[in-house]
Amino acid sequence: MKNREYQQIDPQALATPPPRPPPEHMPKRARRKWEVFPGKNRFCCDGRIIVARQSGVLPLTLALIVLTSGLFFIFDCPFLVEHLTGCIPAIGGVLFVFVIISLLQTSFTDPGILPRATPEEAADIEKQIDNPTGLSSSYRPPPRTKEVVINQQVVKLKYCFTCKIFRPPRTSHCSLCDNCVERFDHHCPWVGNCVGKRNYRFFYTFIVSLSFLTAFIFGCATTHLALRSQGGNGLVVALQFSFTFFTALELVVCFFSVWSIVGLSGFHTYLVAANLTTNEDIKGSWSGKSGNEDVGNPYSYNSIIKNCCSVLCGPMPPSLIDRRGFVPSDDSVQTRPVEIELPAAKNDINMVGRAVTSGRPPPPPPPVVTVQQPAISIQSHSTA
Amino acid sequence: MPFHNLQELRHSASLATKVFIQRDYSDGTICKFLTKFPAELDSRIERSLFEETVKTLNCYYAEAEKIGSQSYLEGCLACATAYIIFLCMETRYEKILKKISMYIQEQNEKIYAPRGLLLTDPIERGMRVIEISIFEDSGSTSSSSTGSSPSSATAQ
Repeated sequence: MKNREYQQIDPQALATPPPRPPPEHMPKRARRKWEVFPGKNRFCCDGRIIVARQSGVLPLTLALIVLTSGLFFIFDCPFLVEHLTGCIPAIGGVLFVFVIISLLQTSFTDPGILPRATPEEAADIEKQIDNPTGLSSSYRPPPRTKEVVINQQVVKLKYCFTCKIFRPPRTSHCSLCDNCVERFDHHCPWVGNCVGKRNYRFFYTFIVSLSFLTAFIFGCATTHLALRSQGGNGLVVALQFSFTFFTALELVVCFFSVWSIVGLSGFHTYLVAANLTTNEDIKGSWSGKSGNEDVGNPYSYNSIIKNCCSVLCGPMPPSLIDRRGFVPSDDSVQTRPVEIELPAAKNDINMVGRAVTSGRPPPPPPPVVTVQQPAISIQSHSTA
Repeated sequence: MPFHNLQELRHSASLATKVFIQRDYSDGTICKFLTKFPAELDSRIERSLFEETVKTLNCYYAEAEKIGSQSYLEGCLACATAYIIFLCMETRYEKILKKISMYIQEQNEKIYAPRGLLLTDPIERGMRVIEISIFEDSGSTSSSSTGSSPSSATAQ
């Protein structure tokens, strides 16, 4: 079997400004897709790490956690190991590692961003919407929605004007990141990213382990202060003030954190058990607030265990945005070795194959067909 | 206009139009595509072949998203290792995606390219659509007549 590859018209090449004479300077290297990503995210490590535009509070979150834990390990652990047990720093260490890792994974994982529609897709959808459905041309159609029936429940799918797609169920457009995110929960400023289908389990692990960590530090700090005040008289306590000051600081931080974090964990545990998202809960999509008594959550399995398992232990869906793939450039035919000699006069649009994504061995090269200019001109919609 | 192989398609084809097979959300948010036969393909390919392709793809996706003992094991193991295992190991979903792209490649070579059609892997379109490109023979203006070559699509 000959080694063939399909080359397709890449939508992003079409989505860029209308055809103009090739630029004076040829790009020296092929660009990766994250460099031309239309949303407001930022990327690090050559596309391996994705964060929202405003990640301003994430350093604060990290600093608070690291500082408080650091103070705990430095000032409380020696005393408690001596007076109680050596397990305390071990437990604290494990919790701390869990918290930091899950926080970083929540922040740096693609939450389930849906790539925007290619111009041809957008044109196809527009055609379907504008198709005569019995309405006269003078009647202005309502905002574009489509209805589907899921589990005997009517669900309205809205059209996203930015991404030019009908949003799948449970998908919402985040205005901060300017992306449609699947199973959109909320945009968390503390974490600096949206929480969606792909990183919800990391987020849940983060808040649960953080609850345990703050409660643990709170308990240890209280025990520490209690033991110290028992053992000594006023003078000794005064002498040790410099050490107990930090413990008191931990207490204050943990006291305020515990209520909010444990509360949040409890709320999200309820959401997981009911297979709801924060977005749906706030809007009251399935609780009948709008007056319709027949609604119920169509996505729930009606079993707490099954809901929990499907949300937290379900298969990990892949990232759809292919950050590290290469953007096909106009001069790719010259820069890449191709098997076929194209008739130069007729070739107006150059195609490239799908690039290798990072980390994994390249998939077998898909069959290539190089084509000439399409007979039909395709309206290119600008991706806002 | 029958294309006997990719070579012919390559040298004399021009892209006429694209057809998009949309997602079927009647079963919830799982990945599934509508098996409704688009009118534009009516003269190009037999309905049964098309439906067979879409149904097989739906089966693959259903298998990838199945919540069973294997996915629980993967999920619990991942949680226990603070999800670091996702950085090292290929998930079951990714393995099945590779199978899917092999299947699509095979379908294209055996069934679709000889009929002047080309399937695009849905993962390249964000799993929103199956894009089918329809090619016209730029040299001929005759009406299409697809030679029917019965071939059974073998699911891997």
